[in-house]
Amino acid sequence: MEALLALVIGVLGGSGIWLVLRPRTFQVIMGLTLLSYAVNLFIFSMGSIFIDKPPLVRPGVPADLQHYTDPMPQSLVLTAIVIGFATTALFLVVLLASRGFSGTDHVDGTREEP
Amino acid sequence: MPLAALLLLPFLGSVLTALLPTRARSELAACAGFVSAGAAVWVISLFPRVRDGGVIRETISWVPSLGLDLVLRLDGFAWMFAVLITVIGALVCLYARYYMSPEDPVARLYAFLLAFMGAMLGVVLSGNLVQLVVFWELTSLVSFLLIGYWHHRVDAQRGARMALTVTGAGGLALLGGVLLLGHIVGSYELDVALASGDRVRAHPLYPAALVLILLGALTKSAQFPFHFWLPRAMAAPTPVSAYLHSATMVKAGVFLLARLWPVLSGTELWFWIVSGAGMTTLLLGAYIAMFQHDLKRVLAYSTISHLGLITLLFGLNSSLAAVAGVFHIMNHATFKASLFMAAGVVDHETGTRDIRRLNGLIRSMPRTGALALVASGAMAGVPLLNGFLSKEMFFAETMFFSAHPSVEVMLPVVATIAAIFAVVYSLRFGYDIFFGPPSTDLPRQPEEAPRWMRTPIELLVLSCLIVGVAPTISIGPSLAAAARPVVGGTLPEYSLAIWHGFNPPFVMSLVAIAGGVLGYLWLRKHQEQGRLQDAPFVGRLNARRLFESALLGLTRLSRRVLRLAGTRRLQTQMFTIIAVALLLALLAARGVPLEWGDRDRLPASPAFVLLWVIGAVCAVGAAVMAKFHRLIAITLMGGAGLVTCLTFMWFSAPDLALTQIVVEIITTILLLLGLRWLPMRIEGISRPVTARDRMRRGRDLLLAIGAGSGLAALSYAMLTRPAPHSISPFFLSRALPEGGGANVVNVMLVDFRAFDTLGEITVLGAVALTVYALLRRFRPPPESIEQPHQQRAFPADVVTDLVKPRTAEDAARGYMMVPAVIARLLLPVSVLVAAHFLLRGHNEPGGGFVAGLVVAIAMLMQYMVSGALWLEARARLRPVRWIAVGLLLGAITGLGALAVGYPFLTTHTAHVRLPLVGEVHLPSATFFDLGVFAVVVGATLLTLTALAHQSLRAHRRPTQSPASSTSEGTS
Repeated sequence: MEALLALVIGVLGGSGIWLVLRPRTFQVIMGLTLLSYAVNLFIFSMGSIFIDKPPLVRPGVPADLQHYTDPMPQSLVLTAIVIGFATTALFLVVLLASRGFSGTDHVDGTREEP
Repeated sequence: MPLAALLLLPFLGSVLTALLPTRARSELAACAGFVSAGAAVWVISLFPRVRDGGVIRETISWVPSLGLDLVLRLDGFAWMFAVLITVIGALVCLYARYYMSPEDPVARLYAFLLAFMGAMLGVVLSGNLVQLVVFWELTSLVSFLLIGYWHHRVDAQRGARMALTVTGAGGLALLGGVLLLGHIVGSYELDVALASGDRVRAHPLYPAALVLILLGALTKSAQFPFHFWLPRAMAAPTPVSAYLHSATMVKAGVFLLARLWPVLSGTELWFWIVSGAGMTTLLLGAYIAMFQHDLKRVLAYSTISHLGLITLLFGLNSSLAAVAGVFHIMNHATFKASLFMAAGVVDHETGTRDIRRLNGLIRSMPRTGALALVASGAMAGVPLLNGFLSKEMFFAETMFFSAHPSVEVMLPVVATIAAIFAVVYSLRFGYDIFFGPPSTDLPRQPEEAPRWMRTPIELLVLSCLIVGVAPTISIGPSLAAAARPVVGGTLPEYSLAIWHGFNPPFVMSLVAIAGGVLGYLWLRKHQEQGRLQDAPFVGRLNARRLFESALLGLTRLSRRVLRLAGTRRLQTQMFTIIAVALLLALLAARGVPLEWGDRDRLPASPAFVLLWVIGAVCAVGAAVMAKFHRLIAITLMGGAGLVTCLTFMWFSAPDLALTQIVVEIITTILLLLGLRWLPMRIEGISRPVTARDRMRRGRDLLLAIGAGSGLAALSYAMLTRPAPHSISPFFLSRALPEGGGANVVNVMLVDFRAFDTLGEITVLGAVALTVYALLRRFRPPPESIEQPHQQRAFPADVVTDLVKPRTAEDAARGYMMVPAVIARLLLPVSVLVAAHFLLRGHNEPGGGFVAGLVVAIAMLMQYMVSGALWLEARARLRPVRWIAVGLLLGAITGLGALAVGYPFLTTHTAHVRLPLVGEVHLPSATFFDLGVFAVVVGATLLTLTALAHQSLRAHRRPTQSPASSTSEGTS
């Protein structure tokens, strides 16, 4: 399970990085989204993975890390997901504006390849 | 707190004047003048407390944990400077009322003058060395603004920039020096530093600290070889020159020399640097001043020379010389400020400052002429005026100075020669323009200056006279109080008498005056014949030109370095960032080996493997398709997001799974809305792929694979090691008893880390508003303004809501009937689901974020099936108000805790008994969560509807359509 999760984090991250290095703005925005999946999973996995131990405190069960999964990476990632949406929206609008101003969807705003 | 109030007063006045109408000269002058005069009276009233060596101290605690305090400190010397700053400041405010023209925006001038007064008071009142440097730099900044007051003039721009560069660089050196000094002493307190002179001078770091501090002082006081900025600063309005560049700011350098005299002086190094710079400047400044034709430039070079004299006095390592230096600071400030003002009057009344054109002005402006004559007498060192007294003390010091024999001979000779030069330029200023046949070709017919414009000059000249005639009564006590702290507490024997008998200093004075008169006559004869218009011998030694070429060289060098080492291309930047990060991670792995741990592995489940096979295919597919098939790429990415969401579910993170899935929906809608405005990109018609493109792609692919493998290895290493000891058990164990909720993640968000969440929703609101603002000015590319080609396929006369689904009358009548009815029926259900998530969030998976996104999705669904026009005619959503209400709710909940004496955002849980429902526990965090909910609804709706509205707006078509912008795309 761990190996698989690590592998998929690698695949998501690698695909994201490939796209971030592309010259078209749409590719970059897709790349950032894929990269954010990878990073969110990565941060989430820092608390190590458990099955069936959600951090919902139940009566009679001692509240410690043996009986529940780590809530801290989860709350960090929750914030990151929402902020990720906000940055995607901002980036999308900036890329549309840049496209309108410069007439091209190249990341440098210039049509010619130097 | 008398000192803190005194320091604050000019800054408050500065703000006040900045708010007054910009050309209301009289009101502004009155306001600024009263502020300065009030400060002056305040300072003077403090005299009894510093008279006999007393020191007023005030400490305002600033960052106590770092030991940083604001320390204000007033002793006799600082008092003397504070009096000069405030009194001359008040006079300059009055003078500027008449000097500035009605067209000038004088509010700016007065605001800057008062700000400068505050900064300068800050320098002299500082009891902490670092604080002193801060105010020191502030004076440089305000001086820059004042020199550049007439910012449309090129000379003002250049002068301001040069002054800032030189004094700012000096300030930086000073900061270094002060830090070294603080290191040697062990404290930045001025009092501690003043008490540890012996230790400082014996320390191995003393030379470095000394040189750096002197760099600061000498640049500020325009000492050789940094003197060239001061004549350039004369582009400032004359009141500014009178105030900053003669009386106060340029004195900050010598102030520092005097302030640190007990700590730093007394060594060979001090003597050679300080007196060497002072002597060179004294002679050079006076020499160049003789050959200037601009009244203000004569005064500028003479100021340089007099500052050199003061520097020389402090450099002589004798306490009697230091007293003379303090005395000359006062005298020079009074006569030079009055001379600048007189030069300003002449300029104002005649329209020129050229000495060669000005003649015989005494007939048209007798009073100004008389005042200028007396003041130039003081500058030349004529008996019965204040300049004579301090100059006499200076001569005496040079006579009785004992050091190397060569210096002993040279010093009196140099002093006499400089004094002769001073007489010559004083005559050129005083005599040349006021006597002789009246000039006839002046730009303006000269007449006497207004009554109140002369008043400041009269007061200053009067004080020159009083000090010159009766020094012991008038200035004696102040001088004693001012000089005592400089020489370290015990004053040397000195006499302020006018007549000391026929002794060598008196002979030097006589020689200077006689030689000066003869020299003036000789120079005038030559100049009338057109010779000696410029200073001979020093033409090549042009420090300004050296400075400018050095600056140019530095600029060129940095530009070249930037071109070599920098790039504007995003792809290169991203590549570098990722490659460097990967490299650093690999290097770090050498120190902490990347090894797998031995934690028990979870057994792999076939379903999960299958899930991620799909996920990985989706991710790679999205990466491949993103260039030519955007819709497919978005779909595949949604697949990857869905798999991520299921993974969260799998590994006990229900909250994350809920959030991920709703965010996934919103993001997909967002990207779909954006697709319409992107250029079409069709596979196969772009330019052929070159070998270079292939190489770049190969390189990027390698980096992507490398970084991905690194990421995988790192997370595998982390996943197989035992979980680290973190602060998580704290949250787990306190969530129910203290946070009042069983869902630990939600309790952390709205309680333990609520401040973070408040910041996050603020960011969310700010992003939504930014998106809205950016889209208001949105200009779509020309080829995407046309209707999409599916909508154009219908003939114009066909009546169907397929043509313009967004603007159709009611979608529920046409082909969208079934989805529209379902979506409308689902709306209340969705709101109910959202309410459920919101209310149970504290104990079960859910919460404000999820609930807000669910409501947003429900509304967006209505938009999609019914069209924006139909929806907005029936429901006013006002997303901006949602954001505002949400932020207010969050902030008020937090402040409520503050109001009852708990830290910001502390939760309180109330237990209420309701009929029928029974016991209800109601944490105040619920209201906070409600705020989160409102912000999320508002921000999401604002972002997406702003984007959706772009297709409804009638976009202005560009008159000339540029060449097809589709694709010469490459890798």
